[in-house]
Amino acid sequence: MSEARVASPERVAEPEGRALRLGAIAVGIVIVVGLPFVASGYHTSQFSQVVIYAIALLGLNLLTGYNGQISLGHGAFFAIGGYATAILSVKLGVAYGPAVVIGGILCFAAGFAFGLPALRLGGLYLALATFALALATPQLLKFKAFDAWTGGVQGLLLSKPGAPLSLPLTRDQWLYFLCVFCAALLFWATVNLINSRIGRALIAIRDHPIAAETMGVDAALYKTTTFGVSAAYTGIAGGLSSLVVGFVSPDSFDLFLSLSLVVGIVVGGLASVWGVIVGALFIEFVPNYADSISDVLGENAKALPWAIYGVLLILLMYAAPSGAAGTAKILIGAIQRRRRSSTNVALDRKAASGDQTS
Amino acid sequence: MAALLETQGLRAFYGATQVLHGLDIAVEKGGITALLGANGAGKTTVLRALSAMVRREGLIRFEGNAVNAREAEEVARLGIAHVPDGRGTFVDLTVEQNLHLGAYTRRDRGAVANDLERAFAYFPRLKERRGQQAGTLSGGEQQMLAISRALMLRPKLLMLDEPSFGLAPLVVNDIFKILKAINEEESVSMLIVEQNANLALSLAGYAYLLETGSIVISGPSSAVRADESVRRVYLGY
Amino acid sequence: MIGLVHQILSGLAIGSIYACVALAVVMIYQATHLVNFAQGEMAMFSTYIAWALIQAGAPYWAAFFLTLVFSFLMGMAIERWLIRRFEKAPVLAVVIVFIGMLVIFNSLAGWLFSYTIKSFESPFPEKFALGNGFMSPHELGSIVVTLGVLALVYAFFGFTPLGLAMRAAAQNPVSARLVGVKVNHMLAIGWGLAAAIGAVAGMMAAPIVYLDPNMMGGILLYGFAGALLGGIDNPWGAALGGFIVGVLENIAGAYLVGEEIKLSVALAIIVGVLVAKPSGLFGRVLVTRV
Repeated sequence: MSEARVASPERVAEPEGRALRLGAIAVGIVIVVGLPFVASGYHTSQFSQVVIYAIALLGLNLLTGYNGQISLGHGAFFAIGGYATAILSVKLGVAYGPAVVIGGILCFAAGFAFGLPALRLGGLYLALATFALALATPQLLKFKAFDAWTGGVQGLLLSKPGAPLSLPLTRDQWLYFLCVFCAALLFWATVNLINSRIGRALIAIRDHPIAAETMGVDAALYKTTTFGVSAAYTGIAGGLSSLVVGFVSPDSFDLFLSLSLVVGIVVGGLASVWGVIVGALFIEFVPNYADSISDVLGENAKALPWAIYGVLLILLMYAAPSGAAGTAKILIGAIQRRRRSSTNVALDRKAASGDQTS
Repeated sequence: MAALLETQGLRAFYGATQVLHGLDIAVEKGGITALLGANGAGKTTVLRALSAMVRREGLIRFEGNAVNAREAEEVARLGIAHVPDGRGTFVDLTVEQNLHLGAYTRRDRGAVANDLERAFAYFPRLKERRGQQAGTLSGGEQQMLAISRALMLRPKLLMLDEPSFGLAPLVVNDIFKILKAINEEESVSMLIVEQNANLALSLAGYAYLLETGSIVISGPSSAVRADESVRRVYLGY
Repeated sequence: MIGLVHQILSGLAIGSIYACVALAVVMIYQATHLVNFAQGEMAMFSTYIAWALIQAGAPYWAAFFLTLVFSFLMGMAIERWLIRRFEKAPVLAVVIVFIGMLVIFNSLAGWLFSYTIKSFESPFPEKFALGNGFMSPHELGSIVVTLGVLALVYAFFGFTPLGLAMRAAAQNPVSARLVGVKVNHMLAIGWGLAAAIGAVAGMMAAPIVYLDPNMMGGILLYGFAGALLGGIDNPWGAALGGFIVGVLENIAGAYLVGEEIKLSVALAIIVGVLVAKPSGLFGRVLVTRV
């Protein structure tokens, strides 16, 4: 009798849960694919940016969420990717596709190189060093000696690529699908990575670095490689961004870009692959939304979005430190428990009435 | 027996784990009480609970008044000085600075200066090293410093956590002799946590034996000393 | 040769500003083991307050001291009502809170005072009465003010009971509580002092770099570099580090890397120190127990 009670609720919940999940995925795919056909060109590029940020956040999350290394300077890799793509396509005539990929590879090297000294730095010190990197980036990009390549203070203009094979898509729509394609690939790669032995090693290094070492995990190699991979993701995002936006300039890669990326992974939830989507939506749209509030409140409008950002950040850390994903998990857990106990109650009543009749 | 400090049903928690299960302890005014027990029995936790350093429940009365809701820093102002395990000296500050900090809550400058000299009288070695960084002192000297710092409070109750820990027997004997002197000359009541049962019982008038967070034996030292189980397990004969 | 001397002297002058920032950062670090990423923006905001007071007609030094008082109270309030709530939070959460603060102060200043660059007067005369020496009166004045601040802080911590209590609270909060020191109070005062010292840095810097919401970004970076170079757990080492960084920056800027990418010097110093000798020149090497 009691065995039946334990087994049934699980089996009752499973097919329901699976159906729900498949349904959600189907709806998601419909939305993602259909979006550029119902939205304007401007809105489509906005959503391209969301996808781009999601890729960048995926990279940063890998480093900070899963491997525990805090980076306040990932904007630098976004910049390297963006500038690499721009320079390759504008100055060297490389096609945009390979340009983005090469940018990603360059960023891997840069990230790996930065990751080497970073090995010595724990939490706060690494945050400090990457903070310095973020602050120094715009100045480095304006360095006069590189002006011929970087276009100096003005930056570089890129032409937005058109759809290949004369597909009936506008440039904005084509770029959107390009971004989604890249994102899908990278998401798939990340999910597989997290669930593999490597992913577990990364998490072990984050939570118990010394124990991990004694178990034979080569922490140094993992950490530097993770830095490299994380930088590569962000670099690819930067490259795609330069295509979507159409130009790169030093001041678009300032401290606040790096800070936005950190905001994104925190809002979405550290160590959550799907949370980055929430994070990306947040950092793309909340400044705009805050903008329209400040339009009402007067001049110096550009100031307010960030003030609201800051307040939101602090509130989030206080009320929901595990971000959107963590909060979602807590809610789902609570709902599932309530379901299971009410199923138990139903079965109890059934059993009781069954006893009575027999 | 007039109790300076007494607890009723004292419970203490580290997070969600309960480690003390309802203790009734009393420290006689002017007397010395010992808390005995093996490692992990909860002796240090009792002192921490009394000093409001851990989450606690139950009734605690000091000088007849309930002291339940106090913060750690207010306990000192009641006149309770706690020498924690590990001495708790400010290792980067000098001996003299450590002593002055002991008197932080006091307003009577002149008396503080006198007490400083009295501490040096009890522990001449501290006087020699008054300008030295506390971290450079030997274990025994740090224990003397810790006790002196506590005395600078002019406490009514002195709580000591494992004063003999890590010290050579000769040094320990010296310190315990001085503790006895302080108790008699300054009428400072004491609550001493000790793993070394023999030592504690020779100093204290009353003793409690703790095992995994509960009191198993209590009574005057002579009675506790004579108890069969105590003899075998804790006194070794 | 004369050029080098001039570079060194003005390096010391700007270094005095870095020294103040470094001191403020280290004071908070010593007490809480946290790096205040918002230190620069807090200082900038204080400087705007001073500017507003001067615009309203207050004489310079009155505005200066009122700003110090304001900054002190602001620092205490931030510790009491914001930072203390995150006492037990993980490192990343606290870093985010600091970033939130950074962003709030920056945008608040932009909103209240606009982004137009303003000039901020120096309390020191334009030129020396006895002809031009190796440095401007403001540069000399900054050094003197900074040394004054450092002396006051040193005296406070070294010779007053409150200063002693604060040091005790920072080193060993448990024992400090046991002797009756209100540790949380000490933290609030520490934050207040750090904010006030930062305000001094801002007010000395504004005449040089001009007042705008983003003025302290680079300066904060140099302050960090100085703090790390000197030893992040040693306030005097950190201040000295600030002076050294100022001189290094000027020399590197003039003779090595050029004026435009001087910030990368700070970056190089930070990464270099952290990798080669994290405890800095004068700090203590910390051994982590496994």
